[in-house]
Amino acid sequence: MDHHVKLPEGSIERQTTTLNLGPTHPATHGVFQNILELDGERIVSSEQTVGYIHRAFEKLAERRPLYQITPITDRLNYCSSPINNMGWHITCEKLLNIKTPKRVDYLRIIIMELSRISDHLICNSIVGVDSGAYTGFLYVMQYRELIYEIYEEICGSRLTTNIGRVGGFERNFNATAFDKLEKFLREYPKVLKEFGNLFIRNRIFMDRLQNTGGISAERALNYGFTGPNLRAAGVDYDVRVHTPYSSYEDFDFTVPVGKTGDNYDRFLVRDEEMWQSLSIIEQAYKKVQEFKGAEAEVYHAEVPEYYLPKKEDVYTKMEALIWHFKIIMGETAIPKGEVYQSVEGGNGELGFYFISDGGRTPYRLHFRRPCFIYYQAYGELTRNGMLSDAIITMSSLNLIAGELDA
Amino acid sequence: MAITNSYIQEKLIEKFGEGVANFGEPYGMLTFEAQKDLNLKILQFLYNEPTLQFQFMTDLTAVHYPNQVGRELAVVYHLHNLVENVRIRFKVFTDINTPDIFTATKLFEAANWMERETYDFFGINFVGHPNLKRVLNVDEMDYFPLRKEFPLEDQTRIDKDDEMFGRG
Repeated sequence: MDHHVKLPEGSIERQTTTLNLGPTHPATHGVFQNILELDGERIVSSEQTVGYIHRAFEKLAERRPLYQITPITDRLNYCSSPINNMGWHITCEKLLNIKTPKRVDYLRIIIMELSRISDHLICNSIVGVDSGAYTGFLYVMQYRELIYEIYEEICGSRLTTNIGRVGGFERNFNATAFDKLEKFLREYPKVLKEFGNLFIRNRIFMDRLQNTGGISAERALNYGFTGPNLRAAGVDYDVRVHTPYSSYEDFDFTVPVGKTGDNYDRFLVRDEEMWQSLSIIEQAYKKVQEFKGAEAEVYHAEVPEYYLPKKEDVYTKMEALIWHFKIIMGETAIPKGEVYQSVEGGNGELGFYFISDGGRTPYRLHFRRPCFIYYQAYGELTRNGMLSDAIITMSSLNLIAGELDA
Repeated sequence: MAITNSYIQEKLIEKFGEGVANFGEPYGMLTFEAQKDLNLKILQFLYNEPTLQFQFMTDLTAVHYPNQVGRELAVVYHLHNLVENVRIRFKVFTDINTPDIFTATKLFEAANWMERETYDFFGINFVGHPNLKRVLNVDEMDYFPLRKEFPLEDQTRIDKDDEMFGRG
Protein backbone atom coordinates (compact mmCIF):
# COMPACT_ATOMS: atom_id res chain seq x y z
CA MET A 1 0.00 0.00 0.00
CA ASP A 2 1.28 3.38 -0.96
CA HIS A 3 0.90 5.56 2.11
CA HIS A 4 3.63 8.04 1.33
CA VAL A 5 2.83 11.71 1.04
CA LYS A 6 2.56 12.63 -2.62
CA LEU A 7 4.90 15.52 -3.34
CA PRO A 8 4.41 17.77 -6.33
CA GLU A 9 6.47 16.74 -9.28
CA GLY A 10 9.96 18.19 -9.30
CA SER A 11 9.85 19.21 -5.67
CA ILE A 12 12.61 16.87 -4.57
CA GLU A 13 14.99 18.09 -7.22
CA ARG A 14 14.24 21.71 -6.53
CA GLN A 15 16.97 23.30 -4.47
CA THR A 16 15.14 26.43 -3.37
CA THR A 17 12.29 27.28 -1.02
CA THR A 18 9.50 29.71 -1.72
CA LEU A 19 8.65 31.98 1.17
CA ASN A 20 5.84 34.47 1.46
CA LEU A 21 7.08 37.48 3.39
CA GLY A 22 3.98 39.46 4.12
CA PRO A 23 1.49 40.94 3.25
CA THR A 24 1.09 41.24 7.00
CA HIS A 25 4.31 40.59 8.75
CA PRO A 26 5.57 42.33 11.89
CA ALA A 27 8.94 43.00 10.32
CA THR A 28 7.74 44.77 7.22
CA HIS A 29 6.16 47.81 8.94
CA GLY A 30 3.33 48.08 6.49
CA VAL A 31 1.46 45.95 4.03
CA PHE A 32 4.07 44.62 1.65
CA GLN A 33 4.18 41.19 0.12
CA ASN A 34 7.39 39.68 -1.11
CA ILE A 35 7.46 36.24 -2.60
CA LEU A 36 11.01 35.14 -2.00
CA GLU A 37 12.86 32.28 -3.59
CA LEU A 38 15.36 31.18 -0.98
CA ASP A 39 18.43 29.03 -1.16
CA GLY A 40 18.91 28.36 2.53
CA GLU A 41 18.82 31.87 3.96
CA ARG A 42 20.06 33.46 0.79
CA ILE A 43 17.60 35.21 -1.51
CA VAL A 44 17.78 33.98 -5.09
CA SER A 45 14.97 36.10 -6.45
CA SER A 46 11.96 37.96 -5.18
CA GLU A 47 8.74 39.33 -6.46
CA GLN A 48 6.99 42.30 -4.94
CA THR A 49 3.24 42.67 -4.73
CA VAL A 50 1.88 46.07 -3.81
CA GLY A 51 -1.50 47.72 -3.71
CA TYR A 52 -2.97 46.25 -0.54
CA ILE A 53 -4.01 49.64 0.76
CA HIS A 54 -4.73 51.34 -2.53
CA ARG A 55 -7.42 53.95 -1.94
CA ALA A 56 -7.78 55.51 -5.41
CA PHE A 57 -6.58 58.94 -4.34
CA GLU A 58 -6.11 60.17 -7.88
CA LYS A 59 -9.65 59.23 -8.79
CA LEU A 60 -11.05 60.72 -5.59
CA ALA A 61 -9.19 63.96 -6.25
CA GLU A 62 -11.03 64.40 -9.52
CA ARG A 63 -14.24 64.96 -7.57
CA ARG A 64 -12.88 67.16 -4.82
CA PRO A 65 -12.25 70.90 -4.58
CA LEU A 66 -8.76 71.96 -3.52
CA TYR A 67 -9.29 71.95 0.23
CA GLN A 68 -10.79 68.49 0.23
CA ILE A 69 -7.64 67.15 -1.37
CA THR A 70 -5.39 68.27 1.48
CA PRO A 71 -6.59 65.47 3.81
CA ILE A 72 -5.90 62.97 1.01
CA THR A 73 -2.30 64.08 0.90
CA ASP A 74 -2.01 63.47 4.66
CA ARG A 75 -2.42 59.83 3.97
CA LEU A 76 0.41 59.49 1.50
CA ASN A 77 3.54 59.55 3.61
CA TYR A 78 1.89 59.69 7.00
CA CYS A 79 5.22 59.95 8.83
CA SER A 80 5.59 63.47 7.48
CA SER A 81 2.09 64.63 6.56
CA PRO A 82 2.82 68.37 6.85
CA ILE A 83 5.30 68.18 3.98
CA ASN A 84 2.63 66.59 1.80
CA ASN A 85 0.03 69.17 2.82
CA MET A 86 2.34 72.04 2.10
CA GLY A 87 3.53 70.49 -1.12
CA TRP A 88 -0.07 70.40 -2.22
CA HIS A 89 -0.72 73.98 -1.14
CA ILE A 90 2.44 75.15 -2.87
CA THR A 91 1.26 73.39 -6.04
CA CYS A 92 -2.08 75.21 -5.85
CA GLU A 93 -0.30 78.50 -5.23
CA LYS A 94 1.84 77.95 -8.28
CA LEU A 95 -1.23 77.29 -10.41
CA LEU A 96 -3.10 80.26 -8.94
CA ASN A 97 -0.06 82.55 -9.07
CA ILE A 98 -0.12 83.32 -5.37
CA LYS A 99 2.96 84.82 -3.79
CA THR A 100 3.26 83.96 -0.12
CA PRO A 101 4.79 86.40 2.37
CA LYS A 102 8.27 85.59 3.68
CA ARG A 103 7.03 84.94 7.18
CA VAL A 104 4.68 82.27 5.88
CA ASP A 105 7.52 80.65 3.99
CA TYR A 106 9.69 80.56 7.09
CA LEU A 107 6.92 79.19 9.27
CA ARG A 108 6.31 76.53 6.65
CA ILE A 109 9.96 75.66 6.62
CA ILE A 110 9.95 75.22 10.39
CA ILE A 111 7.07 72.78 10.12
CA MET A 112 8.44 70.97 7.08
CA GLU A 113 11.84 70.49 8.67
CA LEU A 114 10.25 69.31 11.90
CA SER A 115 8.37 66.71 9.93
CA ARG A 116 11.52 65.73 8.08
CA ILE A 117 13.13 65.14 11.44
CA SER A 118 10.21 63.06 12.64
CA ASP A 119 10.24 61.08 9.40
CA HIS A 120 13.96 60.33 9.51
CA LEU A 121 13.75 59.66 13.21
CA ILE A 122 11.19 56.93 12.68
CA CYS A 123 13.10 55.46 9.79
CA ASN A 124 16.46 55.39 11.51
CA SER A 125 15.14 54.11 14.80
CA ILE A 126 13.20 51.39 13.00
CA VAL A 127 16.41 50.32 11.32
CA GLY A 128 17.71 49.99 14.85
CA VAL A 129 14.71 47.91 15.90
CA ASP A 130 15.13 45.59 12.94
CA SER A 131 18.75 45.01 13.76
CA GLY A 132 17.92 44.23 17.36
CA ALA A 133 18.29 47.55 19.18
CA TYR A 134 14.95 48.61 20.55
CA THR A 135 16.21 51.21 23.02
CA GLY A 136 16.97 53.93 20.50
CA PHE A 137 13.47 53.73 19.13
CA LEU A 138 11.83 54.21 22.51
CA TYR A 139 14.28 56.92 23.45
CA VAL A 140 13.63 59.19 20.45
CA MET A 141 9.90 58.56 20.41
CA GLN A 142 9.35 61.21 23.05
CA TYR A 143 10.80 63.82 20.68
CA ARG A 144 8.56 62.78 17.89
CA GLU A 145 5.83 63.26 20.46
CA LEU A 146 7.07 66.80 21.07
CA ILE A 147 7.01 67.50 17.32
CA TYR A 148 3.44 66.22 17.19
CA GLU A 149 2.54 68.52 20.07
CA ILE A 150 3.85 71.44 18.04
CA TYR A 151 1.63 70.43 15.12
CA GLU A 152 -1.23 70.13 17.55
CA GLU A 153 -0.81 73.74 18.64
CA ILE A 154 -1.04 74.89 15.04
CA CYS A 155 -3.63 72.70 13.40
CA GLY A 156 -5.17 70.65 16.20
CA SER A 157 -4.13 67.22 14.99
CA ARG A 158 -1.08 65.07 15.16
CA LEU A 159 -0.62 62.37 12.58
CA THR A 160 -2.84 63.24 9.65
CA THR A 161 -2.41 66.93 10.10
CA ASN A 162 -4.36 68.65 7.31
CA ILE A 163 -2.22 71.64 8.20
CA GLY A 164 -2.30 75.01 6.50
CA ARG A 165 -4.30 76.62 3.74
CA VAL A 166 -3.69 77.77 0.21
CA GLY A 167 -1.68 80.93 0.92
CA GLY A 168 -0.52 80.20 4.43
CA PHE A 169 -1.68 78.82 7.75
CA GLU A 170 -5.08 78.61 9.35
CA ARG A 171 -3.86 80.57 12.38
CA ASN A 172 -0.77 82.27 13.65
CA PHE A 173 1.59 80.19 15.77
CA ASN A 174 0.73 80.75 19.40
CA ALA A 175 3.15 81.26 22.28
CA THR A 176 2.88 77.63 23.34
CA ALA A 177 3.90 76.48 19.89
CA PHE A 178 7.00 78.64 20.04
CA ASP A 179 7.75 77.54 23.60
CA LYS A 180 7.58 73.93 22.51
CA LEU A 181 9.73 74.68 19.50
CA GLU A 182 12.32 76.29 21.76
CA LYS A 183 12.19 73.30 24.04
CA PHE A 184 12.74 71.06 21.06
CA LEU A 185 15.68 73.09 19.80
CA ARG A 186 17.19 73.08 23.28
CA GLU A 187 16.82 69.41 24.09
CA TYR A 188 16.85 67.57 20.80
CA PRO A 189 20.53 68.01 19.84
CA LYS A 190 21.59 66.14 22.95
CA VAL A 191 19.16 63.35 22.19
CA LEU A 192 20.20 63.09 18.58
CA LYS A 193 23.84 63.02 19.64
CA GLU A 194 23.14 60.20 22.03
CA PHE A 195 21.06 58.38 19.44
CA GLY A 196 24.04 58.61 17.11
CA ASN A 197 26.38 57.36 19.81
CA LEU A 198 24.18 54.32 20.25
CA PHE A 199 24.44 53.31 16.62
CA ILE A 200 26.96 54.95 14.39
CA ARG A 201 30.16 53.38 15.65
CA ASN A 202 28.46 50.38 17.16
CA ARG A 203 30.32 47.33 15.88
CA ILE A 204 27.30 45.03 15.79
CA PHE A 205 25.20 47.64 14.04
CA MET A 206 27.90 48.40 11.48
CA ASP A 207 28.39 44.75 10.69
CA ARG A 208 24.70 44.32 10.09
CA LEU A 209 24.34 47.37 7.84
CA GLN A 210 27.53 47.79 5.90
CA ASN A 211 27.61 46.15 2.49
CA THR A 212 23.96 45.18 2.61
CA GLY A 213 21.32 46.56 0.29
CA GLY A 214 23.79 48.68 -1.63
CA ILE A 215 23.23 50.31 -4.99
CA SER A 216 25.49 52.26 -7.30
CA ALA A 217 24.76 55.86 -8.24
CA GLU A 218 24.04 54.95 -11.89
CA ARG A 219 21.58 52.23 -10.97
CA ALA A 220 19.94 54.45 -8.37
CA LEU A 221 19.39 57.21 -10.92
CA ASN A 222 18.10 54.74 -13.46
CA TYR A 223 15.67 53.38 -10.90
CA GLY A 224 14.42 56.90 -10.22
CA PHE A 225 15.70 57.08 -6.66
CA THR A 226 15.36 60.44 -4.96
CA GLY A 227 15.81 61.78 -1.48
CA PRO A 228 18.13 60.28 1.14
CA ASN A 229 18.34 56.98 -0.74
CA LEU A 230 19.78 58.66 -3.82
CA ARG A 231 22.08 60.86 -1.77
CA ALA A 232 23.39 57.80 0.06
CA ALA A 233 24.50 56.49 -3.32
CA GLY A 234 26.50 59.66 -3.86
CA VAL A 235 24.27 61.94 -5.94
CA ASP A 236 23.70 65.33 -4.35
CA TYR A 237 20.22 65.88 -5.71
CA ASP A 238 17.93 67.71 -3.33
CA VAL A 239 14.77 69.48 -4.48
CA ARG A 240 15.26 72.11 -1.78
CA VAL A 241 18.51 73.13 -3.47
CA HIS A 242 17.78 72.40 -7.11
CA THR A 243 14.36 73.99 -7.40
CA PRO A 244 13.88 75.93 -4.18
CA TYR A 245 10.34 76.45 -3.01
CA SER A 246 9.03 78.26 0.05
CA SER A 247 12.22 80.42 0.19
CA TYR A 248 14.66 77.58 0.84
CA GLU A 249 17.21 79.68 -1.05
CA ASP A 250 17.46 81.96 2.01
CA PHE A 251 18.93 79.19 4.11
CA ASP A 252 22.39 77.88 4.56
CA PHE A 253 22.66 74.11 4.78
CA THR A 254 24.65 71.29 3.32
CA VAL A 255 23.35 68.25 1.50
CA PRO A 256 25.01 65.17 2.96
CA VAL A 257 25.94 62.45 0.50
CA GLY A 258 27.07 58.89 1.01
CA LYS A 259 29.21 56.73 -1.17
CA THR A 260 28.13 53.11 -1.31
CA GLY A 261 24.35 53.50 -1.22
CA ASP A 262 24.10 50.67 1.30
CA ASN A 263 22.00 50.54 4.42
CA TYR A 264 24.70 52.08 6.55
CA ASP A 265 25.12 55.08 4.26
CA ARG A 266 21.41 55.60 4.15
CA PHE A 267 21.41 55.63 7.93
CA LEU A 268 24.25 58.14 8.05
CA VAL A 269 22.71 60.43 5.43
CA ARG A 270 19.46 60.55 7.36
CA ASP A 271 21.30 61.19 10.59
CA GLU A 272 23.19 64.11 9.09
CA GLU A 273 20.05 65.45 7.46
CA MET A 274 18.44 65.67 10.86
CA TRP A 275 21.32 67.87 12.01
CA GLN A 276 20.92 70.02 8.92
CA SER A 277 17.18 70.26 9.49
CA LEU A 278 17.85 71.38 13.03
CA SER A 279 20.11 74.12 11.76
CA ILE A 280 17.49 75.17 9.18
CA ILE A 281 14.84 75.35 11.90
CA GLU A 282 17.12 77.49 14.05
CA GLN A 283 17.79 79.85 11.16
CA ALA A 284 14.12 80.02 10.26
CA TYR A 285 13.10 80.66 13.85
CA LYS A 286 15.61 83.48 14.06
CA LYS A 287 14.23 84.98 10.86
CA VAL A 288 10.68 84.65 12.14
CA GLN A 289 11.61 86.51 15.31
CA GLU A 290 13.00 89.39 13.26
CA PHE A 291 9.54 90.31 12.03
CA LYS A 292 8.19 93.13 14.17
CA GLY A 293 4.85 94.87 14.58
CA ALA A 294 2.22 94.14 11.99
CA GLU A 295 4.61 91.95 10.01
CA ALA A 296 4.88 89.57 12.94
CA GLU A 297 1.15 88.91 12.66
CA VAL A 298 1.26 87.81 9.03
CA TYR A 299 0.45 84.14 8.63
CA HIS A 300 -1.21 83.99 5.23
CA ALA A 301 -1.23 85.71 1.87
CA GLU A 302 -4.02 88.16 1.12
CA VAL A 303 -5.95 85.98 -1.29
CA PRO A 304 -9.52 85.95 0.01
CA GLU A 305 -10.79 84.08 -3.05
CA TYR A 306 -8.70 81.03 -2.15
CA TYR A 307 -7.80 81.39 1.51
CA LEU A 308 -10.45 79.76 3.65
CA PRO A 309 -11.34 82.40 6.26
CA LYS A 310 -11.39 81.90 10.00
CA LYS A 311 -14.54 80.40 11.41
CA GLU A 312 -15.17 83.35 13.79
CA ASP A 313 -15.05 85.69 10.82
CA VAL A 314 -17.43 83.51 8.84
CA TYR A 315 -19.96 83.87 11.65
CA THR A 316 -19.53 87.60 12.12
CA LYS A 317 -18.37 89.19 8.87
CA MET A 318 -20.21 89.30 5.59
CA GLU A 319 -17.12 89.24 3.34
CA ALA A 320 -15.72 86.21 5.08
CA LEU A 321 -19.06 84.43 4.89
CA ILE A 322 -19.26 85.03 1.14
CA TRP A 323 -15.74 83.77 0.51
CA HIS A 324 -16.26 80.81 2.77
CA PHE A 325 -19.40 79.88 0.86
CA LYS A 326 -17.76 80.34 -2.50
CA ILE A 327 -14.70 78.30 -1.61
CA ILE A 328 -16.66 75.48 -0.02
CA MET A 329 -19.13 75.30 -2.88
CA GLY A 330 -16.28 75.43 -5.37
CA GLU A 331 -17.42 78.62 -7.05
CA THR A 332 -14.07 80.37 -7.13
CA ALA A 333 -12.48 80.25 -10.52
CA ILE A 334 -9.40 78.10 -10.91
CA PRO A 335 -7.37 78.97 -14.00
CA LYS A 336 -6.83 76.43 -16.73
CA GLY A 337 -3.37 75.05 -16.88
CA GLU A 338 -1.03 72.28 -15.97
CA VAL A 339 1.63 72.46 -13.37
CA TYR A 340 4.22 70.15 -11.93
CA GLN A 341 5.54 71.06 -8.52
CA SER A 342 7.70 68.93 -6.32
CA VAL A 343 8.92 69.19 -2.78
CA GLU A 344 11.61 67.30 -0.94
CA GLY A 345 9.50 64.87 1.02
CA GLY A 346 10.72 62.73 3.88
CA ASN A 347 11.72 59.96 1.51
CA GLY A 348 12.30 61.68 -1.80
CA GLU A 349 10.89 63.96 -4.43
CA LEU A 350 7.17 64.20 -3.86
CA GLY A 351 5.65 65.61 -7.03
CA PHE A 352 2.19 66.87 -7.85
CA TYR A 353 1.14 66.94 -11.49
CA PHE A 354 -2.02 69.01 -11.55
CA ILE A 355 -4.09 69.57 -14.69
CA SER A 356 -6.90 72.03 -14.31
CA ASP A 357 -9.57 72.55 -16.95
CA GLY A 358 -10.99 75.53 -15.12
CA GLY A 359 -13.52 73.50 -13.16
CA ARG A 360 -13.94 73.33 -9.40
CA THR A 361 -11.90 70.15 -9.14
CA PRO A 362 -8.68 69.03 -10.81
CA TYR A 363 -9.17 67.44 -14.21
CA ARG A 364 -6.34 65.13 -13.33
CA LEU A 365 -4.06 65.00 -10.36
CA HIS A 366 -1.11 62.68 -10.28
CA PHE A 367 1.12 62.16 -7.29
CA ARG A 368 4.73 61.31 -7.97
CA ARG A 369 5.27 59.09 -5.00
CA PRO A 370 8.96 58.52 -4.37
CA CYS A 371 8.71 55.16 -2.66
CA PHE A 372 6.46 53.65 -5.31
CA ILE A 373 9.23 54.38 -7.78
CA TYR A 374 12.20 53.18 -5.80
CA TYR A 375 10.56 50.09 -4.34
CA GLN A 376 11.07 48.54 -7.79
CA ALA A 377 14.72 48.25 -6.95
CA TYR A 378 14.06 46.13 -3.87
CA GLY A 379 14.50 42.90 -5.78
CA GLU A 380 17.89 44.00 -7.05
CA LEU A 381 18.96 45.38 -3.67
CA THR A 382 18.25 42.14 -1.85
CA ARG A 383 19.33 39.58 -4.44
CA ASN A 384 22.04 37.22 -3.18
CA GLY A 385 21.72 38.70 0.28
CA MET A 386 20.52 37.14 3.50
CA LEU A 387 16.86 37.18 4.41
CA SER A 388 17.60 39.09 7.60
CA ASP A 389 19.41 41.79 5.60
CA ALA A 390 16.41 42.16 3.33
CA ILE A 391 14.36 43.16 6.37
CA ILE A 392 16.81 45.90 7.22
CA THR A 393 16.97 47.02 3.61
CA MET A 394 13.23 47.37 3.59
CA SER A 395 13.17 49.59 6.64
CA SER A 396 16.19 51.63 5.62
CA LEU A 397 14.58 52.46 2.26
CA ASN A 398 11.88 54.23 4.27
CA LEU A 399 8.99 52.58 2.47
CA ILE A 400 5.64 53.93 3.56
CA ALA A 401 2.78 51.74 2.40
CA GLY A 402 0.33 54.63 2.38
CA GLU A 403 2.42 56.55 -0.09
CA LEU A 404 3.36 53.55 -2.15
CA ASP A 405 -0.20 52.44 -2.76
CA ALA A 406 -1.78 55.89 -2.87
CA MET B 1 26.32 76.79 -20.22
CA ALA B 2 22.89 76.25 -19.03
CA ILE B 3 20.59 74.87 -21.66
CA THR B 4 17.50 76.90 -22.40
CA ASN B 5 14.06 75.80 -23.43
CA SER B 6 14.45 77.35 -26.86
CA TYR B 7 17.69 75.44 -27.39
CA ILE B 8 15.99 72.14 -26.55
CA GLN B 9 13.13 73.05 -28.85
CA GLU B 10 15.52 73.84 -31.71
CA LYS B 11 17.38 70.58 -31.22
CA LEU B 12 14.18 68.56 -31.23
CA ILE B 13 12.79 70.23 -34.33
CA GLU B 14 16.12 69.81 -36.10
CA LYS B 15 16.06 66.10 -35.34
CA PHE B 16 12.39 65.21 -35.61
CA GLY B 17 10.87 67.98 -37.71
CA GLU B 18 7.16 67.37 -37.98
CA GLY B 19 7.25 64.65 -35.35
CA VAL B 20 7.22 67.15 -32.51
CA ALA B 21 4.75 70.00 -32.20
CA ASN B 22 2.75 72.26 -29.92
CA PHE B 23 5.65 73.63 -27.93
CA GLY B 24 4.72 75.67 -24.92
CA GLU B 25 6.01 76.69 -21.53
CA PRO B 26 3.24 76.41 -18.96
CA TYR B 27 4.68 77.67 -15.68
CA GLY B 28 8.18 77.62 -17.10
CA MET B 29 8.41 73.96 -18.04
CA LEU B 30 8.99 73.18 -21.70
CA THR B 31 6.08 71.05 -22.90
CA PHE B 32 5.50 69.53 -26.29
CA GLU B 33 3.64 66.82 -28.09
CA ALA B 34 5.17 64.03 -30.07
CA GLN B 35 3.92 61.50 -32.55
CA LYS B 36 3.07 58.29 -30.83
CA ASP B 37 5.51 56.05 -32.67
CA LEU B 38 8.35 58.48 -31.96
CA ASN B 39 8.17 58.40 -28.17
CA LEU B 40 11.03 55.98 -27.69
CA LYS B 41 13.22 57.69 -30.28
CA ILE B 42 12.69 61.01 -28.55
CA LEU B 43 13.45 59.57 -25.13
CA GLN B 44 16.58 57.99 -26.55
CA PHE B 45 17.63 61.21 -28.27
CA LEU B 46 17.07 63.29 -25.14
CA TYR B 47 19.00 60.70 -23.15
CA ASN B 48 22.02 60.35 -25.41
CA GLU B 49 22.47 63.76 -27.02
CA PRO B 50 25.55 65.14 -25.22
CA THR B 51 24.14 68.63 -24.81
CA LEU B 52 20.75 67.50 -23.51
CA GLN B 53 21.20 64.41 -21.34
CA PHE B 54 17.76 64.02 -19.87
CA GLN B 55 18.73 60.92 -17.99
CA PHE B 56 16.35 60.98 -15.07
CA MET B 57 12.74 59.99 -15.46
CA THR B 58 10.79 61.93 -12.89
CA ASP B 59 7.33 60.83 -13.76
CA LEU B 60 5.22 58.94 -16.23
CA THR B 61 1.47 59.00 -16.23
CA ALA B 62 -1.53 59.33 -18.51
CA VAL B 63 -4.58 61.53 -18.93
CA HIS B 64 -7.89 60.66 -20.52
CA TYR B 65 -9.69 63.19 -22.74
CA PRO B 66 -12.86 61.40 -23.86
CA ASN B 67 -13.91 64.23 -26.17
CA GLN B 68 -10.84 64.26 -28.35
CA VAL B 69 -11.80 61.61 -30.86
CA GLY B 70 -8.81 59.68 -32.13
CA ARG B 71 -6.49 61.01 -29.46
CA GLU B 72 -8.29 60.18 -26.26
CA LEU B 73 -5.34 59.11 -24.15
CA ALA B 74 -2.23 61.14 -23.47
CA VAL B 75 0.87 59.58 -21.96
CA VAL B 76 2.86 62.24 -20.17
CA TYR B 77 6.59 61.98 -19.52
CA HIS B 78 8.45 64.24 -17.12
CA LEU B 79 12.19 64.18 -17.62
CA HIS B 80 14.94 65.89 -15.69
CA ASN B 81 18.49 66.78 -16.57
CA LEU B 82 19.98 66.70 -13.10
CA VAL B 83 23.30 68.27 -14.07
CA GLU B 84 21.85 71.34 -15.73
CA ASN B 85 18.74 71.14 -13.58
CA VAL B 86 16.24 71.48 -16.41
CA ARG B 87 12.92 69.71 -16.52
CA ILE B 88 10.81 69.02 -19.58
CA ARG B 89 7.50 67.37 -20.19
CA PHE B 90 6.20 65.73 -23.31
CA LYS B 91 3.01 64.04 -24.29
CA VAL B 92 2.12 61.33 -26.68
CA PHE B 93 -1.50 61.03 -27.75
CA THR B 94 -3.10 57.78 -28.79
CA ASP B 95 -6.57 56.65 -29.68
CA ILE B 96 -8.37 54.56 -27.12
CA ASN B 97 -8.97 51.51 -29.30
CA THR B 98 -5.33 50.79 -30.03
CA PRO B 99 -3.48 52.32 -27.11
CA ASP B 100 -0.09 50.89 -28.04
CA ILE B 101 2.95 52.85 -26.94
CA PHE B 102 6.55 51.70 -26.94
CA THR B 103 7.91 50.98 -23.50
CA ALA B 104 10.67 53.05 -21.94
CA THR B 105 11.85 50.27 -19.68
CA LYS B 106 14.96 49.61 -21.76
CA LEU B 107 16.15 53.13 -21.00
CA PHE B 108 14.80 53.64 -17.50
CA GLU B 109 14.29 50.92 -14.91
CA ALA B 110 12.07 53.44 -13.17
CA ALA B 111 9.59 53.25 -16.02
CA ASN B 112 8.76 49.65 -15.20
CA TRP B 113 6.24 50.19 -12.43
CA MET B 114 5.18 53.59 -13.66
CA GLU B 115 4.13 51.98 -16.92
CA ARG B 116 2.44 49.17 -15.06
CA GLU B 117 0.54 51.76 -13.06
CA THR B 118 -0.43 53.62 -16.23
CA TYR B 119 -1.59 50.36 -17.78
CA ASP B 120 -3.48 49.52 -14.61
CA PHE B 121 -5.45 52.75 -14.56
CA PHE B 122 -5.71 53.74 -18.22
CA GLY B 123 -5.15 50.55 -20.18
CA ILE B 124 -2.18 51.86 -22.14
CA ASN B 125 -0.49 48.88 -23.76
CA PHE B 126 3.24 49.41 -23.44
CA VAL B 127 4.71 47.38 -26.28
CA GLY B 128 7.79 45.46 -25.21
CA HIS B 129 7.27 45.84 -21.47
CA PRO B 130 8.78 42.86 -19.64
CA ASN B 131 5.95 42.38 -17.17
CA LEU B 132 2.89 44.40 -18.08
CA LYS B 133 0.30 43.50 -15.47
CA ARG B 134 -1.70 45.40 -12.94
CA VAL B 135 0.26 46.78 -10.02
CA LEU B 136 -2.12 48.45 -7.58
CA ASN B 137 -5.50 46.97 -8.51
CA VAL B 138 -6.50 43.32 -8.36
CA ASP B 139 -5.64 41.19 -11.34
CA GLU B 140 -9.28 40.20 -11.88
CA MET B 141 -10.36 43.77 -12.60
CA ASP B 142 -11.74 44.09 -16.11
CA TYR B 143 -11.78 47.86 -16.58
CA PHE B 144 -9.41 50.81 -16.31
CA PRO B 145 -10.66 52.94 -13.43
CA LEU B 146 -9.05 56.32 -14.09
CA ARG B 147 -10.74 56.66 -17.45
CA LYS B 148 -13.40 59.31 -17.36
CA GLU B 149 -16.28 56.97 -18.13
CA PHE B 150 -16.07 55.68 -14.57
CA PRO B 151 -17.42 58.51 -12.47
CA LEU B 152 -17.28 58.45 -8.71
CA GLU B 153 -20.53 58.09 -6.88
CA ASP B 154 -22.81 61.07 -7.40
CA GLN B 155 -22.89 62.83 -4.06
CA THR B 156 -26.49 63.89 -4.56
CA ARG B 157 -27.95 60.47 -5.32
CA ILE B 158 -31.03 59.57 -3.31
CA ASP B 159 -31.78 56.03 -4.39
CA LYS B 160 -29.52 54.50 -1.78
CA ASP B 161 -30.30 53.48 1.78
CA ASP B 162 -27.75 55.47 3.68
CA GLU B 163 -28.88 54.50 7.14
CA MET B 164 -25.94 52.13 7.53
CA PHE B 165 -23.45 54.81 6.61
CA GLY B 166 -24.61 57.51 8.98
CA ARG B 167 -25.93 59.69 6.20
CA GLY B 168 -29.59 58.70 6.29
